[in-house]
Amino acid sequence: MSEFVRNIRLWFAPERVRDEGATPDYRFSLANERTFLAWLRTALALIGGGFAVDQFLPDLRWGARVGLALALLAAGVLCSLRAVNHWVRCERAIRRGEDLPASRFPALLSLVVAVVAVAMVVVVLVGWEG
Amino acid sequence: MTAQPGPAGRDPGLQPERTRLAWRRTTLSATVAAVLAVKTALHGGASVSGVVLCALCCGLWLGFLRVAHDRIRTLSAGTPPPALAPRHATTAVLCAVAMAVCAAVLAV
Repeated sequence: MSEFVRNIRLWFAPERVRDEGATPDYRFSLANERTFLAWLRTALALIGGGFAVDQFLPDLRWGARVGLALALLAAGVLCSLRAVNHWVRCERAIRRGEDLPASRFPALLSLVVAVVAVAMVVVVLVGWEG
Repeated sequence: MTAQPGPAGRDPGLQPERTRLAWRRTTLSATVAAVLAVKTALHGGASVSGVVLCALCCGLWLGFLRVAHDRIRTLSAGTPPPALAPRHATTAVLCAVAMAVCAAVLAV
């Protein structure tokens, strides 16, 4: 947990990342930045999906619509926060010459997206019948 | 592995350009989310809360645009470009998070 708090402090303090280790080849930093941006795009797509569920499925019952929208939005928030955290951890690992941090998050996110997709199919079918 | 600038001080792998385009793509995603936000906020007539949330989402979009634009300018300034500052990364992420919060308020 203290590791996590230290990471959060690093989100806001550029100097402290640079305190550690050696400055890496700038191409590694840029690759890390692009990975961060790809995760941020994923998060923005999930948030956009939340808006879209709210807007374009007006025939659904209130509970199902809001539930799906909130699930997508929560996934988007988690994804974006994790993006910056992972970026900081990778940047530090690159500077220290350590292995890059392993992560279960991609598997978790794909499971959540799969569950939401299945729920969507069920809810749309049931919603249109009733 | 060392950087080998090309003849005109250009990275032969076009890494700064690729990163710049990644920022552009991300800006595009943010724009799509912001357009959906405006549509949701102003759906069914303009109420006070709807207009406020709409303005907030537009502000967040502008904030994101600002970060992306600064970074794009830094990246095209010269090789090798400085690394992304954590403060900018956090700002971009917080814009996305705040937009999600607006969406949650609008959905409920």
